[in-house]
Amino acid sequence: MKVILKIRRFNPERDRAPWWGYYQVECEPTDRVLDALNWVKWYQDGSLAYRRSCAHGICGSDAMRINGRNRLACKTLIKELGNRITIEPLLGLPVIKDLVVDLEPFMKHYRSIMPYLVNDDPPPATERLQSIAQRERFDDTTKCILCAACTTSCPAFWARPDYIGPAAIVQAHRFIFDSRDHGAEERLRILDAPSGVWRCRDIYNCTEACPREIQVTQAIAEVKREILRRRG
Amino acid sequence: MEGDVVLHKYDVVIVGAGGAGLMAALYASRSVRVAVLSKMWPVRSHTGTAQGGIGAALGNHEEDHPEWHVFDTIKGSDYLADQDAVRVLCYEAVELVYELEHMGLPFDRTPSGRIAQRPFGGHTNNVTKQPVRRACHAADRTGHMILQTLYQQCIKQRVTFFDEFQVLDVILNEGIACGLVALEITTGQLHIFQARAVVFATGGWGKIWQITSNAHSFTGDGAAIVLRRGIPLEDMEFFQFHPTGIYKMGILITEGARGEGGVLINGRGDRFMERYAPTMKDLASRDVISRAIYLEIREGRGVEGKDYVYLDIRPETINRYFELDGKKSPDGTPRRITADEIKTRLPDITDFVRTYLGIDPLNQPIPVQPTAHYAMGGIPTDLDGRALKNENNEALPGLYAAGEVACVSVHGANRLGTNSLVDILVFGRRSGLDAVRYCRQTDFTKLPARADEPVRETLESLRSRPLGDERIADIRAEMQRVMMDYVGVFREATGIEKAIRALRELQERYQRVGIQDKSMCYNTDLLEAWELGCLLELAEVTAVAALARTESRGCHTREDHPQRDDKNWLKHSLAFRTEQGIELRYKPVTILNYPPQERVY
Repeated sequence: MKVILKIRRFNPERDRAPWWGYYQVECEPTDRVLDALNWVKWYQDGSLAYRRSCAHGICGSDAMRINGRNRLACKTLIKELGNRITIEPLLGLPVIKDLVVDLEPFMKHYRSIMPYLVNDDPPPATERLQSIAQRERFDDTTKCILCAACTTSCPAFWARPDYIGPAAIVQAHRFIFDSRDHGAEERLRILDAPSGVWRCRDIYNCTEACPREIQVTQAIAEVKREILRRRG
Repeated sequence: MEGDVVLHKYDVVIVGAGGAGLMAALYASRSVRVAVLSKMWPVRSHTGTAQGGIGAALGNHEEDHPEWHVFDTIKGSDYLADQDAVRVLCYEAVELVYELEHMGLPFDRTPSGRIAQRPFGGHTNNVTKQPVRRACHAADRTGHMILQTLYQQCIKQRVTFFDEFQVLDVILNEGIACGLVALEITTGQLHIFQARAVVFATGGWGKIWQITSNAHSFTGDGAAIVLRRGIPLEDMEFFQFHPTGIYKMGILITEGARGEGGVLINGRGDRFMERYAPTMKDLASRDVISRAIYLEIREGRGVEGKDYVYLDIRPETINRYFELDGKKSPDGTPRRITADEIKTRLPDITDFVRTYLGIDPLNQPIPVQPTAHYAMGGIPTDLDGRALKNENNEALPGLYAAGEVACVSVHGANRLGTNSLVDILVFGRRSGLDAVRYCRQTDFTKLPARADEPVRETLESLRSRPLGDERIADIRAEMQRVMMDYVGVFREATGIEKAIRALRELQERYQRVGIQDKSMCYNTDLLEAWELGCLLELAEVTAVAALARTESRGCHTREDHPQRDDKNWLKHSLAFRTEQGIELRYKPVTILNYPPQERVY
């Protein structure tokens, strides 16, 4: 099938403002949007810039706005979209070139929530024990690939880039509810700050955007509840 | 700044932020100043795509011993692995897995709260010869959890990262590695990193084949860079094809699917592996199964006569074969599995199959074909990750390699599933630790003048060529097709010779490739062109080494030389790049207590 890709282009060395590029590509309905982008880059316009690596939804490189929704280009098939496809960079992060955005503000929020196990007890000679139920408690949020699709779909983040954003909260959730972790109190203090969880207005864009089908809004709600519970 | 290059100075500079690079960084940065350079953002690295598990003889479900793991790995390698290295691998695996758990890795758990383990190909109880549960897993995203956990620890430890820096050259001065030249992708700026020690952890090069499980970015950069600097590559003829890639796409379906009981079925509905591997069946080692799939297809027993077979993980199929095989759970009851258990243990592959094939693997079998997956060969190293520059095992001071780009060699002619994750972490750690020892005894070596000049010339040449009729994509596709047709699972002399001629022609055409993007900022056109140069060189080395090895061993199957030939070929190849072309030399295999025997599964 013939597909028209309408791609938001911007090269800071050449362009004063972003512009739309139109490309006609012959696709199979089962091709990925990434395949179509590759076709454009390889056979029509080598200057098109985007990130990609694993091409099957695990590395998180190719999150972008596709027909108005944040998705991974490698996990979205042409047949889900029809023959006119609009592709833009993620919103809310500075554009470096074409579909490539600066991830540093996003990663900075991630790093701020102490995204590592906090447990200073001397470890046992073998593994720390954890029951199947304890492990299950935080399973959903371990799936996060830090693709930024959720955070950059969030109107609260667009309005206030200092909002820590859904991805950082998901990553915090993964530790707060891990029975082996002792850092919940400090993490919840960070998340209780003005730039923390309370900026979330339950809009659910993040949950819809997540290519890993993590229940993001629910995870945020659980963190909010945990803050309230500990306040007593 | 010196001229228009930015200078940096670190004790240890690590290239690559996958499992091996991060492990080296964690250990080295406890003692010395470390920088990690990666061409991608953190957690994008290919380690994250590993699915089924990491092998360690914890014995959490049933009796197991590191020594059994040693034997299985050596047998799996078709006796080409160095047995001293395999001992290190399998014995250190146990404490390594505990260390990962202590770092917070969310392993699945047994009912008693211990790390859960599943069977995997080639891992056995050495007494009963039956599959043993040795693969420690976090659903089917074990690699993802390893990569995340290691990066988390790097944040905790404040490791310095240079993200989206493409390393293009290693700087040697009088035979000592003393730095790197890298391109900052977002700006096009060149940087020189002076270092006492350099660790390459850049991963593999599956992108030289058409059907591969490997990421677009897996272009063998590190291997090509050191090859160009006179360091040999070891055992390049051995590249593993994983039996179960999604048909036509190559996306990996973990061996864990067969560990949970999944079976391979041909076009006639037969479970064909029992004919090829009567004891281990669908859990024989990967080379055996990939060959069997090709043979079934060749005999016309592919599905609908085509070039694929089915991987069946429907609960009714699994349970039928559990019953036929008399499989027991560790508690002695008949082994059974439910649809829910499959979904919980294999959620990601279930999702891949739904997304890309539009089928539910709990109701329909999955079309699969072998997919280029893992480089057993690479930069030769000793047990501490020190790169070896010749057949006498002399180290090149200051240069280290770890992970898939390295060849210790623990995988020999065929890697067992789960051993890649063990390898990258065990030898990543040892490289980091030894780099620290080396830094303590060695001062910085002076950088030669204008060390960035060769890189500058290469990039200038790529940038300035007119956009002619030669395209990166065409040459790459042609290389991938040639390698698939002639240097894939089955090989023979005339085919490989054809491939070598074709690859040399492609290299000539490559000299005329032009790029469209002339900008400095985020120029992936330029990088793809440079990466293609790496792939073409590695493809040729692979083919040349494959032509020379006139025997069949592990994944290297020569139809014109179908037998293993220990008398002439129980040795590692070393490929050097010389002005006359690729030169092969050989070095002996380290055999300790497991002399080569016939290999039956």
